[in-house]
Amino acid sequence: MVLTLLIVGIPLYWVLSNSFKTPDQVFRVPPLWWPESFTASNYPRVFSESPFGQYMLNSVIITSILAAIKIVLGVISAYAFAYLRFPGRGAVFMLVLAALMVPNQITVISNYALVSQLGWINTFQGIIIPLAGVAFGTFLMRNHFMSLPYEIIEAARMDGASHMRLLFRIILPMSWPTLVAFALITVVNEWNEYLWPFLVASDDSVAPIQVGLTRLVNTDSGFTDWPLVMAATVLTVIPILVVFLFLQRYMIKGLTSGAVKG
Amino acid sequence: MLLGIFTYRPLLDNIRLSFFSWNISSPNPPKFVGFDNYTEWFDGLVNGGHSWTVVSNTIIFTATTVIGSMVLGLALAMLLDQQIKGRGLVRSAVFAPYVIAGAAIGIAFQFIFDPRFGLISGMLGSLGIKSPDFYQDPNWALFMVTMTFLWKNLGYAFVIYLAALQAKPAELYEAAEIDRASGWTVFRRVTLPMLRPTTFFLSITVMLNSLQVFDIIYVMTRGGPQGNGTTTMVFQVYQETFVNYRAGYGATVATIMFLILLVITVLQVRSMDRGNTK
Repeated sequence: MVLTLLIVGIPLYWVLSNSFKTPDQVFRVPPLWWPESFTASNYPRVFSESPFGQYMLNSVIITSILAAIKIVLGVISAYAFAYLRFPGRGAVFMLVLAALMVPNQITVISNYALVSQLGWINTFQGIIIPLAGVAFGTFLMRNHFMSLPYEIIEAARMDGASHMRLLFRIILPMSWPTLVAFALITVVNEWNEYLWPFLVASDDSVAPIQVGLTRLVNTDSGFTDWPLVMAATVLTVIPILVVFLFLQRYMIKGLTSGAVKG
Repeated sequence: MLLGIFTYRPLLDNIRLSFFSWNISSPNPPKFVGFDNYTEWFDGLVNGGHSWTVVSNTIIFTATTVIGSMVLGLALAMLLDQQIKGRGLVRSAVFAPYVIAGAAIGIAFQFIFDPRFGLISGMLGSLGIKSPDFYQDPNWALFMVTMTFLWKNLGYAFVIYLAALQAKPAELYEAAEIDRASGWTVFRRVTLPMLRPTTFFLSITVMLNSLQVFDIIYVMTRGGPQGNGTTTMVFQVYQETFVNYRAGYGATVATIMFLILLVITVLQVRSMDRGNTK
């Protein structure tokens, strides 16, 4: 138990402690467990000496737009798959499930070709749109919708409720926990997405935080300002960890709902 | 109302495009070269060339991370399934790395593994052992990225197993207790079979995750040392396409990878079905 905590905790502690060291203390042999003199100056330097603020803003923009698109699409398509009868419904749903199995990395080449043809390299839409397919969310929400009592839906239909009304007044209020789980997993995934933005955003003006972080390490001068990088790493990780600590219950629920049922 | 389907266009388009790699079997502008890329790839495989290194890296990396995270995840989940103090804390701690970005983790561990002033070198140094050269020796480099990935993803397998354990029927265990079954027997005869669906689900999802690793490898080693010491198939797709400008070959690797995935998944699903009919 204690060992587990140590294995998880030490790397995190190490990053944190280095972010408070002065450069000469970082390269001590043997390494210092505890900074000799604390300096908080690395943190302001992150913003003054690198475009980190810009990266952060980009990440917030990309993540929020993507998450919004994915949640709306996910809910609407799950609704269609759960409650509408249209020809080929089963087949289309199988296609969605199959998409879950196809890693992004395999489609990267053709997508990149397409995006550059459209002239979308280094634009937000170039980063966002190819990532906006929602297989996981559709699957999760549809399973949840299927588990809702059918009588209620039927009754609402009898009353002549429109689709929108049915969705917002009746179905969604019964679905908050699943919806939160879906939203949360989406946000975390998009915030951490790496390969695609890394390829499309060669420019600092649209690069998200993860890509920016690696740029701080691989500077043109070949010199890496480790304390600064460590401080930046802390700043990158903290928003997600905070969100996670408050809402992990939902997230775990979302991740496990597909698994435990087998 | 059929609009619901149209929102799927990007997704379907993605699938359609992924099959397009068949036709981009040559550098820009696409020129048809038939199976040249494939013969090159298989040549490298049979003669222990480049593609053999990459494939074996991929196998080592994936197998270690899949088996490692599942075994450790199950062990931890069983440990925490009992009522102990601090359970919630440990659960959060183990799961936390899973939500941290690979890029950030890669950077942190790059620093931890540094042979001169890294944390590990410091620990080994205090024991009087010299740190292995994690960046120059391909085997150690592969070990390093594998461990890093394991650290990040252990929490996922753990959380899923824990949920499965907590949903288990208590009667089974009561019956086993009445029969005076030993702990090991209970584990083998009751717990493992009960977790079969979970294990199956995990083996597929964890494998997909492992096969997709790009950020950690890129940040820590750039696929090196010595050219391709830690290059996995995904990384090779990137390298060939965007560094060596051989999109056709990259697409070939991607396609082969996709086929391998497909075969493995089908095999797993089938073995699962057979397990159910027994």
